[in-house]
Amino acid sequence: MVESVYPRLEPLLPQVTKPVQYVGGELNSVVKDWESADVRWALMYPDAYEVGLPNQGLQILYEVLNGRDGVLAERTYSVWPDLEKLMRSHGIPQFTVDSHRPVAAFDVMGVSFATELGYTNLLTALDLAGIPLAAADRADSHPLVLAGGHAAFNPEPIAEFLDGAVLGDGEQAVLTITDLVREWKAAGRPGGRDGLLLRLAADGGVYVPRFYDVTYLADGRIGSVRPNRPGVPGSVAKHTLMDLDDWAYPRQPLVPVAETIHERYSVEIFRGCTRGCRFCQAGMITRPVRERSKATIAGMVETGLQASGFSEVGLLSLSSSDHSEIHEIARELADRHEDTQTGLSLPSTRVDSFNVTLADELTRGGRRSGLTFAPEGGSDRIRKVINKMVTEEDLIRTVTTAYASGWRQVKLYFMCGLPTETDEDVLAIAPLARRVIKAGREATGRRDIRATVSIGGFVPKPHTPFQWAAQCDAATVDARLHALGAALRSEPGYGRAIGFRYHQGEPSIIEGLLSRGDRRVAAIIRAAWADGARFDGWSEYFSFERWARASQTALAAEPVDLDWYTTRERDYEEVLPWDHLDAGLDRDWLWQDWQDSVAADGTAEVDDCRWTPCYECGVCPAMGTEIQTGPMGPPGSRQLPLVAVGSGAGRAARELA
Amino acid sequence: MTRLSVTGRPVLESVQHLQVRYAKRGRMRFASHRDIARAVERGVRKAALPIAYSAGFTPHPKISYAGAAATGMASEAEYLELAFTSPCEPEDVRARLDAALPDGIDVIEVAERGHEPPLAHLEASQWQLTLPGVPPAAAQEAIGEFLAASQVEVERLTKKGIRRMDARAAVISMELDRRAIAAQPDGYGILRMVVRHTTPAVRPDDILVALNRVTGLTLSAPPLVTRLAQGPLDETAATVTPGPGSPEAAAGRERET
Repeated sequence: MVESVYPRLEPLLPQVTKPVQYVGGELNSVVKDWESADVRWALMYPDAYEVGLPNQGLQILYEVLNGRDGVLAERTYSVWPDLEKLMRSHGIPQFTVDSHRPVAAFDVMGVSFATELGYTNLLTALDLAGIPLAAADRADSHPLVLAGGHAAFNPEPIAEFLDGAVLGDGEQAVLTITDLVREWKAAGRPGGRDGLLLRLAADGGVYVPRFYDVTYLADGRIGSVRPNRPGVPGSVAKHTLMDLDDWAYPRQPLVPVAETIHERYSVEIFRGCTRGCRFCQAGMITRPVRERSKATIAGMVETGLQASGFSEVGLLSLSSSDHSEIHEIARELADRHEDTQTGLSLPSTRVDSFNVTLADELTRGGRRSGLTFAPEGGSDRIRKVINKMVTEEDLIRTVTTAYASGWRQVKLYFMCGLPTETDEDVLAIAPLARRVIKAGREATGRRDIRATVSIGGFVPKPHTPFQWAAQCDAATVDARLHALGAALRSEPGYGRAIGFRYHQGEPSIIEGLLSRGDRRVAAIIRAAWADGARFDGWSEYFSFERWARASQTALAAEPVDLDWYTTRERDYEEVLPWDHLDAGLDRDWLWQDWQDSVAADGTAEVDDCRWTPCYECGVCPAMGTEIQTGPMGPPGSRQLPLVAVGSGAGRAARELA
Repeated sequence: MTRLSVTGRPVLESVQHLQVRYAKRGRMRFASHRDIARAVERGVRKAALPIAYSAGFTPHPKISYAGAAATGMASEAEYLELAFTSPCEPEDVRARLDAALPDGIDVIEVAERGHEPPLAHLEASQWQLTLPGVPPAAAQEAIGEFLAASQVEVERLTKKGIRRMDARAAVISMELDRRAIAAQPDGYGILRMVVRHTTPAVRPDDILVALNRVTGLTLSAPPLVTRLAQGPLDETAATVTPGPGSPEAAAGRERET
């Protein structure tokens, strides 16, 4: 019998901030009888409820698992330090919000990592749950701790704490894992914990770090990563869901009572992206492109709104206006929901002048407050380096159209510290922003035109062409951001029209450490956590000094240090910590793309294989598939991403402005 | 004449105003007023009720709220009002809205408002407070001392700064709830009181501060505070008449006299 901790938790709740986040009971949440299931999952998002609840990945898996007989899934989120302290003093374990059961009572604890900055929160949850931090110390009775999400494509820094990692799409993978766990339990747990993990590694497509030995060279680089027993693949491939129309989730979206960062019904209109932006890990690891059909999307929106009462619909993907039928989708949804006070938004949408029309369609009759464009780099030269093929003229044309059709504010997103970047590339943002304002004033004849420049440090990520790149040091990033701020303020007549938001360089360095680290980084994470690291994605909790201190202590006996992991360029020969994990991308293609990006005689452009012939990234042959798009041709070539302002207001609190 | 919004679309007029009594129970006592308001807006949409919207660039559903019980306090008698563009059967609205809200935000009764102003006559509330760690006899003594005081000033930090108020003056009646005490195993005191709505509002926690100030009464754990009834105040009988057509089941009717 697994009892609810709620009677013990309830008296503590009046003492903590926003207690409603811990009580569950959301519309469409599911509470199953404990005894009705033989496989039980605790699904965790390792951040605060307000960030974790809207997460699509977790909601989809929750619904997929609970949709099966004999399977039960509940959710758990990171508790804020005020409650953590009270839980420790009252002996209350990490609990699920659905029925407040202790996480340690479940068979599997599945943790979704959208970002590496959630690693310390994993340790807090394990510790509060009473689950040993190191996977090697766990008994058969402890839950399997599995990681998923984009950060799981290099789980090596947290390998010590994980029983396994699942790369790629989770919908089918969790069901395969469920079947293997069920069979193992029914058979009397043959081989104990290792016996189960061996089955998962052999038949479940699960990466089990302990079945691989890592050796190091004298200089600190990795010598080799090899399986240490038979029956384990030398390379672990990602999971790819091929027909998204067969998996039209979420159908019963969770409706939080507490306020969260996204209050809307979200439908993923396609998965994958082939734009080829060299910095973008999501675009690389989620290939190939798989679209949902117009009919499925319309049906999901209809039932999702009915089931939730939400008044906003988000059409999600990495580049939403790239859907081959986006204009029909937008028009039909706008028609269908006209006069119902339903808002439609396209976060992460590339927009050229043509696609501002799309944004206009989505905001029919409503207020046009702001559009967000992401040129990412300040100069034409640096945008070529990152393969963001947008010229300054494209951008000016696009914002002119946007201002002319009633949008009053644009946000411009940039990165600082890109490969080959100079001070001039960053300072070029200032005259660009002024041209944007000027274009808006000319197009509208008004003075109340606003633009906001938002910029943060670039972090090289695994499985991208920039995985070999040296990360720019924090001092250089900060100096460039400081100079840019001064340049933006210097021009009379523009100063007040241009807002400036930036993220300092130091947090990016730690994100870089956790992104491209190897198994030795686990000791740093453990030391930082023991020293109090929590909620590292939140500026009010993050401490660079703490991480620097932890790096020094943990790496004292190693030939490597924090700089070695971050600001050091890697060469072709070096074994990267994630080379045995297969995102489907051809390593030589990535290397050639990296070389092309920094070529002295000018950067080579990579086209989008949606509209032009294949550029051999390797994904389609590896997956035995090809890109799946609808009936239409390209909507125009050079486009910019766009996000409607207003989504994710809660995120603002996290920005290190 | 058809009213047009700034976007040029016709605005549908409100033709019916419904007063809704709802409860905040169990886990949902931790919902804040804003949490409840978001849930109700979604519930109205989910239930496909013909809610009226304000005109303007960002139209809002026409839902108004009476002063809400604070976060952490339960209630059997919260009130809001809905404006509809077509008339509906109140009991049907009650059932549909209740089904569209999370468990614990429960719609108890819906009644059409007549010609009186919206959410009028909510002059006072009846509250029940558990007093963990305080035996009934000690609670009884504290009540006596408090009621004997002519004035008990307390202060609270509000958005407008520190406000001072007379907690004693707001309390119309205060007594031990013997029946509730008998029904719970721990045997601690349970208080019932009728408190007049004032500006700034004297809240149950202000009264606990006042009790502590006058009598030294101290709780061993946070109290469970429940609003039992809200409505017009009968000062001579020291009772609150529960709101529009309250059902017999309402906890407010059970109070001892």
